[in-house]
Amino acid sequence: MRIVLPYHLRNLARVEGEVELDAPNPPTIGAVLDALEARYPVLRGTVRDHGTLKRRPFVRFFACKEDLSLEPPDTVLPEAVVKGDEPFLIIGAMAGG
Amino acid sequence: MSKIRVLVGTKKGAFVLSADGKRKQWDVSGPHFAGWEIYHLKGSPVDTNRIYASQSSGWFGQIIQRSDDGGKTWTPPGSSPEELKSPDGFPKGESNKFVYEGTVGTHKWYDGTQHPWEFKRVWHLEPSLTDPNTVYAGAEDAAIFKTVDGGKTWKELPGLRGAKGNLWQPGAGGMAVHTILLDKTNPNRIFVAISAAGAFRTDDGGKTWKPINKGLKSPYELPDPDAEVGHCVHRIALHPSRPDVLFMQKHWDVLRTDNAGDLWQDVGGNLPTDFGFPIDVHAHEPNTVYVVPIKSDSEHYPPDGKLRVFRSRSGGNDWEPLTKGLPQKDCYVNVLRDAMCVDSLEPCGIYFGTTGGQVYGSADSGNTWEPIVRDLPPVYSVEVQTLS
Repeated sequence: MRIVLPYHLRNLARVEGEVELDAPNPPTIGAVLDALEARYPVLRGTVRDHGTLKRRPFVRFFACKEDLSLEPPDTVLPEAVVKGDEPFLIIGAMAGG
Repeated sequence: MSKIRVLVGTKKGAFVLSADGKRKQWDVSGPHFAGWEIYHLKGSPVDTNRIYASQSSGWFGQIIQRSDDGGKTWTPPGSSPEELKSPDGFPKGESNKFVYEGTVGTHKWYDGTQHPWEFKRVWHLEPSLTDPNTVYAGAEDAAIFKTVDGGKTWKELPGLRGAKGNLWQPGAGGMAVHTILLDKTNPNRIFVAISAAGAFRTDDGGKTWKPINKGLKSPYELPDPDAEVGHCVHRIALHPSRPDVLFMQKHWDVLRTDNAGDLWQDVGGNLPTDFGFPIDVHAHEPNTVYVVPIKSDSEHYPPDGKLRVFRSRSGGNDWEPLTKGLPQKDCYVNVLRDAMCVDSLEPCGIYFGTTGGQVYGSADSGNTWEPIVRDLPPVYSVEVQTLS
């Protein structure tokens, strides 16, 4: 599957373009984030808080034109994301102003 | 020949300014960590190539960065390519894990209720005087953390919050440990300062702490102006040769103690205003002190639009303005608490950064000043390394 990281996290993880991971089983939001952090330990604490694993307030999750940010971590991602047809997007929320 | 490396943390990245001992021609590298807030960088006095940086963002939280080559390259501790191939397996990615020890506990909130401690960021990093892998971190919400493995993992010294932490209350700028002073003559003694709680001291390596605020008076900030805790201490400083003598820039008032904080006395003397943020001590003259007076807590800029550093050569009370090379009209910048420092060359160099993005340097103990850079993002912190 494909994951799109925001600019600052791409720099932090030293990746260019999309990240490709094997889809976990089951392919839930939480499991995908687990796999992402296992590949890039430096991202731990930047998307989800250490310990609580709660999504940070100004980070959003989008996929297939849907906002999945408020969905629970055990939510299974759409099949198009699991197959890699569509990316799972991790977004830095708009700052406003 | 000696070299100077000035480490500048700004609202949008870090910059490293380098010069030879003459301190006239400067090279500027950066921005490092472009777009991130860099509250503080500081080098190890044991290994000057080892520099730690606190990188944070409202979106992605706290990151700790470390350089082992004098600021050329940076890595979050524990995630270098070599460490990723370690036989110990994948690192745990805990260099940014700052978790309060035990029961989180509560402090006083704006509405008078108790509020749980919530980690927000690291304001200040203080490397050990003897071990490059040991660093103390001052955090918001106020706490002190320590690493002994070069920043890979951090552990709180919770005794600090036991020093009447339930009575501490954040000010408008938050509630953070922003100053950490180590005593080279006594490894068990550490001083910290917290806005808005006061100054504290440990004499047992951080297990227990006590407030050291006797003599501080805050009649316009606290209902009890002589309260044991709650004072808004902006910065404290000491000279390594005389660690029982500390100088303090409080919200209002410049003070001095001669007994490691057991009692403070006002030494604001003839300052045009005794409000301000930074304070520092000359590298070779323990009685020479520098402050940057700011008009008031309501107007965070220099009086009369004149950017003046004030110097006392008598340990306070008698102050002289230092103005040569600094703007003396239409200047309305601020100088934040961690944004002034001294090098250890002869004559002593003084450096400070402004919220307007200028970093000024003086190579003659403050007599004359020159801008090193003029147009950086707002400067949060300035530290200097004197390299032989």
